[in-house]
Amino acid sequence: MRKVELKGLTKSYDGKQDVLKAIDVTIEPGEFFVLVGPSGCGKSTMLRMIAGLESITAGELALDGKRANALSPSDRDLSMVFQNYALYPHLTVEQNITFGLHVKKISKKEQKARCEEVCAMLGLTDYMKRKPKELSGGQRQRVALARAVVTQAPLCLMDEPLSNLDAKLRAKMRSEIRQLQRKLGITMIYVTHDQTEAMTMADRMMILSGGDVQQIGRPLDVYNNPANTFVASFIGSPPMNLIEAEISDSVLVADGHWMTPITADMKAKLQTDKVTLGVRPEHISLAKDSEPGFLVQVANVEVLGTETLVTFDFGEDTQWIAKWNGQSDIQPGAQIRIAVDDHHLALYSTETGERIYCQASEQAAEKKVSS
Amino acid sequence: MSIGKKVLLYMALTVSGLVMVFPILYAFLISFMQGGEVLQGSLWPESFSLANYFSAFERVPLLTYLWNSLVVSVLIMVGQLVLCSLAAFAFVFIEFKGREWIFYLFISTMMIPWEATMVPNFQTVQSLGWLNSYAGLTIPFFAMAFGTFLLRQQFKTIPKELYEASQIAGISKLRFFTGVVLPVAKTTITTLAIYSFLTAWNMYLWPLLVTNNEANRTVQIGLKQMQTQEIASDWGVVMAGVVMVILPTLILLFAGQKRLQEGLTQGALK
Ligand SMILES: Nc1ncnc2c1ncn2[C@@H]1O[C@H](COP(=O)(O)OP(=O)(O)OP(=O)(O)O)[C@@H](O)[C@H]1O
Ligand SMILES: [Mg+2]
Repeated sequence: MRKVELKGLTKSYDGKQDVLKAIDVTIEPGEFFVLVGPSGCGKSTMLRMIAGLESITAGELALDGKRANALSPSDRDLSMVFQNYALYPHLTVEQNITFGLHVKKISKKEQKARCEEVCAMLGLTDYMKRKPKELSGGQRQRVALARAVVTQAPLCLMDEPLSNLDAKLRAKMRSEIRQLQRKLGITMIYVTHDQTEAMTMADRMMILSGGDVQQIGRPLDVYNNPANTFVASFIGSPPMNLIEAEISDSVLVADGHWMTPITADMKAKLQTDKVTLGVRPEHISLAKDSEPGFLVQVANVEVLGTETLVTFDFGEDTQWIAKWNGQSDIQPGAQIRIAVDDHHLALYSTETGERIYCQASEQAAEKKVSS
Repeated sequence: MSIGKKVLLYMALTVSGLVMVFPILYAFLISFMQGGEVLQGSLWPESFSLANYFSAFERVPLLTYLWNSLVVSVLIMVGQLVLCSLAAFAFVFIEFKGREWIFYLFISTMMIPWEATMVPNFQTVQSLGWLNSYAGLTIPFFAMAFGTFLLRQQFKTIPKELYEASQIAGISKLRFFTGVVLPVAKTTITTLAIYSFLTAWNMYLWPLLVTNNEANRTVQIGLKQMQTQEIASDWGVVMAGVVMVILPTLILLFAGQKRLQEGLTQGALK
C-alpha cells in the first residue's frame, strides 16, 4: 500500500502550453483511484509522471510522504499495465511474467512459485508456454495483469487496460480487476475515458478536462452533485440534460414557456437571473393526468429491455433524453406530456459552468445535520 | 489465375532465370574445360575433369586467400552488427539533444562514395601501421550508415511501451537490448548479417590497397592474380577459382534466402 501525493503537479511538453495544470490530489493507501476524462485531457501524462516515465515540469510528487520527483521508475516500486499490454512478443507467457524479477533479487525457485500462483489466480495456467500472439485479447490482458501482480509492488498504475476488449469481456475484467485489487490490498491508479468504468470501479475518481481537475470525489457524490456542467454531461449515461433558463419571480423558465417553481433558498443563492438548468434523465417522467406537464415531441426511442430511453425535442436546438424503467411503447413522432421531478434540479452558472445549486447536495447536507 | 496464364508466367520466369544464371553456369562449365576448348567457343566440356581445380590451388595460395576472406568477412560482419545495432538502439531508445539531427547527418554519409574517402582512410590505416593486417582490412568498415538506418527503422517498430515496461521493472538498458530488442529484430539482423558478409567477401579495391603480401590477401585479389599471371590466361583455371570463390556466397544465399526476403520486405509490410 502506498500513499501518492501530487502537489501542484504541472506538465508542459513544449515549454509553452501546460498539458497538466497544477494538479493537487492525495491518493490514500489501498485506494482504487480512477482518473477519467475525454481523450487528450492529460490522463496518460499524469500517470506516466507518477511512474517516472515523464519528467515533472513543476510541482511535487510524493510517495509515502517522500519526495519522488527525481526517482527513476524502477526505484518507485510500482507496477504498470499499458493500454497495448506491452508484452514481449518473443517470450512465452511464463517468461513474460517473470522477466525482470531477477533484478529484484528473487531466486529462480521463488520466481517460478510466484508465477504459478498468479497464473492460477488469473486462470492462465494452461497458457504458460504460449507466446502472446497465440492468445486472445482477454488472455493477453490477463498476462499484463499477471506481470503487474507478480512484482508484488504496493502501487499499480493502469492506463486504459480494457479499451481493446469487447463490451462483455470488459464488464467481466472490470470486476476481476476490482476484486484482485481488494484481495491484494494495493493502491491502484486507474486511467480510463469510460465513465461507466470510473463509476463502477472507483473508490474515488478524478475528472480531468483540458489538463484541469474538474472534480474529485466518490462516484455517487460526483454523480449526484456534479461540480460543473462538464462533469454533469460527462458522468452518467445518458448524460445530464442541460438547458439555459431564466428566472422570473419564483419560477424558472426554459425555452420561453416551460416553467418550474423554485424555492426560496434556491433563489437566495442566485445572483443572476440567467442560469443553466440540469436534470438527470431518470428524473423526467410521463406526467400523470393530475400533474402539470409539458408537451413535447418524441424524436427517438431506444428500448433496452429493462429501461427505455426517450429522446425528445426541447427548445429549438436542444434534445433531452428521459430514462424510464420498463419497456415503453411510445412511438417516435408522438406527442407526450412530461413532468420533471423538481426535487432533483441542478443549477449552473451559464458563464462559468460552475454549480450554483444542487438539490441533491442540499438534501444530503440536511440529512447529515438531522442525523 | 487460369492454368494457361500460369504456364506462360512460369515460362517467362524460367527464361529470364536462365538468362540471369547463364554467366555463372557458363563459368561453372568452363571450369571443367581443357586448353583450347574455351577459345573454340564450345558450351559443354568434353569431359568433367577436376584438373583445373588442382592447378588453381597450385598456382596461387587459394586456401590462404579463402581463409583470409573468411576471417575478414566474419570480422566485418560482426563489427558492423555490433556497432550498427548499438547505434540504432541509441537513436531509437535513448533521448539526447539533437538526436534526429545527428541521425540525418549520420545517414547523409551514405551519399559520399566510398572511393572518395579511400585516400584519407588509407593514410590513416598506414599511419596506424595497419597495412597487411586484419585490422587494416576490417576496422574501416565497422561503422556503416546503411546498417544503422536499417536497424533503426526496425527498432522503431518496437513499441515504446516495451522499453518503458522494462524501465519500470528495473531492467538495465543492456539487458533490454540483448533480451528484447535483438531477439525481436532477429530477421532484420540476419538480413544485415548476410548483406555485410557478402559485401565484405566481394571487396576488391581496399584489400588490394592495404595488403601487398600473400599472407594477408583476400580471395578476390587472388582471382585477379590468376588472370594476370600469364599473358594468355588459362580461363579454365581462372573459372575454377571463380567457382571456388562464389561457392560460399551461393551457400549463404541459399541458406539465408528466406530470412533475407523476410527482412527486406518486413519494413514494407508495416
Ligand atoms: N510526448 C508528447 N509530446 C508532446 N505532446 C504530448 C506528448 N504526449 C502527449 N502530448 C499531448 O498532451 C496532451 C495530453 O495527452 P495524454 O496522452 O496525456 O492524453 P490522454 O488523456 O491520455 O488521452 P487518451 O484518452 O486519448 O489516451 C495531448 O494534447 C497530447 O497531444
Ligand atoms: Mg492516454
